[in-house]
Amino acid sequence: MLSILRERLRQGHRTSKYPKIEPTLAGRFRGLPQLNEELSPQTRQAAIASCPFEALSEADERLRLDLGRCLFCADCPAVCQHRAMQFTGDYRLAVRRREDLLLHDGTLRRADQLSDKLLRLFGRSIKLRQVSAGGCNACEADLNVLSTLLFDLGRFGIQFVASPRHADGLVVTGPVTENMREALLATYAAMPEPRLVIAAGACAIAGGPFRTSNQAHQGIGDLLPVDLYIPGCPFHPFTALDGFLRLLGKI
Amino acid sequence: MSFPATACCFTPNQRVALADLPLLNYADFAAALLQTVAEGGRIASYFGRPTAAGLEIFALALRDDRRGRLALWRTRVGAEFDALTPLCPQLHLFERELAEQYGVRPVGHPWLKPVRFHRPWGGAVDLWDRKGACSCGQMDFYQVEGEEVHEVAVGPVHAGIIEPGHFRFQCHGEEVLHLEISLGYQHRGLEPDLIGGPQGRTPYQLEAVAGDSSIAQATAYAELVETLAGISAPPRALQLRALGLEYERLANHVGDVGALAGDVGFLPTSSFCGRLRGDYLNLSAELCGSRFGRGLVRPGGVVFDLDDALIKRMCERLAILEPETRGAIDLCFDTPSVLARFEGIGCLRTEDAEALGLVGLPARACGLARDLRQNYPNSFWAENFGDCLTEDSGDIFARGNLRRREIYAALAQVNQILRRLTAGPLTRPVAALAPNSLAVGLCEGWRGELVHVALTDDAGRFERYKIVDPSFHNWSGLAQALRGQQISDFPLCNKSFNLSYCGFDL
Repeated sequence: MLSILRERLRQGHRTSKYPKIEPTLAGRFRGLPQLNEELSPQTRQAAIASCPFEALSEADERLRLDLGRCLFCADCPAVCQHRAMQFTGDYRLAVRRREDLLLHDGTLRRADQLSDKLLRLFGRSIKLRQVSAGGCNACEADLNVLSTLLFDLGRFGIQFVASPRHADGLVVTGPVTENMREALLATYAAMPEPRLVIAAGACAIAGGPFRTSNQAHQGIGDLLPVDLYIPGCPFHPFTALDGFLRLLGKI
Repeated sequence: MSFPATACCFTPNQRVALADLPLLNYADFAAALLQTVAEGGRIASYFGRPTAAGLEIFALALRDDRRGRLALWRTRVGAEFDALTPLCPQLHLFERELAEQYGVRPVGHPWLKPVRFHRPWGGAVDLWDRKGACSCGQMDFYQVEGEEVHEVAVGPVHAGIIEPGHFRFQCHGEEVLHLEISLGYQHRGLEPDLIGGPQGRTPYQLEAVAGDSSIAQATAYAELVETLAGISAPPRALQLRALGLEYERLANHVGDVGALAGDVGFLPTSSFCGRLRGDYLNLSAELCGSRFGRGLVRPGGVVFDLDDALIKRMCERLAILEPETRGAIDLCFDTPSVLARFEGIGCLRTEDAEALGLVGLPARACGLARDLRQNYPNSFWAENFGDCLTEDSGDIFARGNLRRREIYAALAQVNQILRRLTAGPLTRPVAALAPNSLAVGLCEGWRGELVHVALTDDAGRFERYKIVDPSFHNWSGLAQALRGQQISDFPLCNKSFNLSYCGFDL
C-alpha cells in the first residue's frame, strides 16, 4: 500500500490543461498543409501527378488539396520535390462537411458546433461507440489514448462505451472492408436516434493507403451520414480531441 | 545441423535467381520440409504463385541456430495435393490460405476452412462453393456436444476500441474446452494490391499492414527492396531504424503491461503505463513527426536524421522516463495479488508452441530462443544484440515478465544507440530491382518476426508479395492457451498475447 502511494506521488499529476493551454507537439509533427500560391502551371501539374493518393487537384488555376485523402507523408513529393506546399504544426484539422476538407484558398473551415437541439442533448455528456472496419490499429490506438491521464476524455463529458445501445455517436476507423460492412451497419442500426457518425482517419474518410483495394469501400462514403471528419494517417490525438470539443461547442 | 540437401540455401541479404531454384516433385518437397521441421527448423513463409502449368508453392524455412542461413524449396501442384498439416501442424493456416486464394485442395487437411473470407484470386474455383458475396465468419465451427456444454460467441465487434474478430468458445460451465478464432474482418486485399509494385503507395500500404508495427513492417520491406536492388542501407540508417524499432517496442510493451494490470484490476500501473506509452510514442514523433513512425524508414535508408540537440533532448527525456517506467512496472510485479492472477493462467506448453510454429514474444515466453536479432541479424544487430531473453513458464506471468525485461533491455539499447551514432549518409540510391528473382525482408518487431518475400517478374516488378506477420502464427497459440481455462480469463490471456488482427487479415 505504501509503495503504491509512494509511486503515485512520484508519477505526479499528468492531466494536461488543454484546451486552456495549447499542447506542445513534436517539432517534426506534420499538420495543416500550407499551399504555395505562386506555382507555375507545370509545377502544379507535376505536384498533382506526384501524389500516390490523388489528394491534389486543380481548381481555378490553383492547387487544391483534399485533406481527407492526404496522408501527411514524410516524403511527400509535392513538398520535397515540387515545393508546392509545406506542412505546418497546426493540428486542428477536423471539419463537419466532406467539402470542407478541400483546401484551396489557404483557410480551413473548422468544425462548427452541433445544432442547438443536439447540443442540448449531447453538449454535457456524449457516449461514443468505436468500430474498426479495416483500421490498422494506429487510429484505434490514438483514440484509446484519449482515455489516459494526459487527455482524460471523461473530464469533457465524453466517454467510449461498450454497447451501441448506450451510444450517441459512432466513431469509425478503417477503409470499411467488405467483411466489416455488415457489422458496421448493424452497429449503427443498434444505436438509438438521434445519433452521430464520426469518420476518424484517412481510411474512414476516403480509403487512406487502401484506396485501390477491391476488398474495401474507400471509407464510409455514402454508407452512413457523417457529422465530423478527422483527417490524418493516423490523426494526432489532439486533432481528434479538438474535433470532439468543437462539435460540442467547447472550443 | 544444416538443411536437407534439396534446399536452396542463402542468407537474408542474398537474392535468389528463380532460374536457379529447382522445381521439386511434391514428394521430395514434402520430405524436405518434414525433415527440416523434425530437425528443429521451422516454416517462416509458404505461398503460391499461379503458372500456366499449375500452382507453384514456395516454402521458406529458418533455423534458430545463429548460422543465419535460410532454406527455400519450390514445387508445383495440381488441383489437389496431399496436405502436410497432419504431419506438420505449423502449416495448417498456410495450407488453408493456399486453398482459399487459389482454389486448390490440400487433401486430408483436418481443418479445411476459409481464413479471410474472400473470393479466390483470378477467378479460381471456390472450394466452399460460396455463392455471391462471402459472408465473413460463415463456416462450420468446431462444436463440443454433451450435457451442460454451451457455446459462447463473441465479436466481430468487441466492447472496447479494438479491431474486430470472432471468438467461439465451447464451454463446460466456466471451463473452456475449445476456442476457435475466426478472423478476416480486417481483410483489405493487400497482397493482390501490391502486385506490379513497388509503386508510390507501396511503402504506405506496408506501414499500415499493422499500424502499431509501422517501423517494423517498413524495415522488412526496405531490407527486401535493398536486397533486390543489390544495395544495403548505410550504417547510420541501420542505427536509426534500430532506434525507431526500440521506441516502437517500448511504447507497445509498456502499453501492454499497463493493459495486463488493468485487466486484473490493478489500476496504478494501468494508469501510469497508459501515460508512459504515449511518452514513448512521442519520442517516435520527435524522430520522424509521427507517433507511429510513419515515414521514418524507406528503401535505401531513413528519411530523418538526428542532430546533437535532438539527441540531447531524447537522452534527457529518457533519463526521466526510465525511472518512471521501472517504478510503474515493478510496482505491479511486486504485488502478490497481481502475481496470483498472472501465474499459472493461460499456460502454453513448449512442445505446443513448437508444433504450432509460434514466434516472437509468446514463443520466447515458452523458452524458445526465437528472435531474428539473434539468429538472423543484419549488420547492426550482429554487433549490438547478445542473447535473446526467454522465460520458461509459458503463462501470463511469463509473457508479462518477458515484456518487462524486454522494456529494460530496450531502454539500455536506445541509450546506447543515441550515444554511439556514427556519422555518415542516411540513405543510398536504390538501383533497379533484379528481375525474375526472389528476396526476403526480415525484421524482429515487438510482436515477433516479420517475414516478407517478393518474387519479381521480367521487368523487376513484384509478381507476388507475401507478408507473414507474427500474428499469423501466434493466434493459434492463444487458442491453445485457453484450453482448460476459465472463460473469464480470456481477456487477460488475449492481452498477454496482444496479437494483430489486420496483420493477420492483410
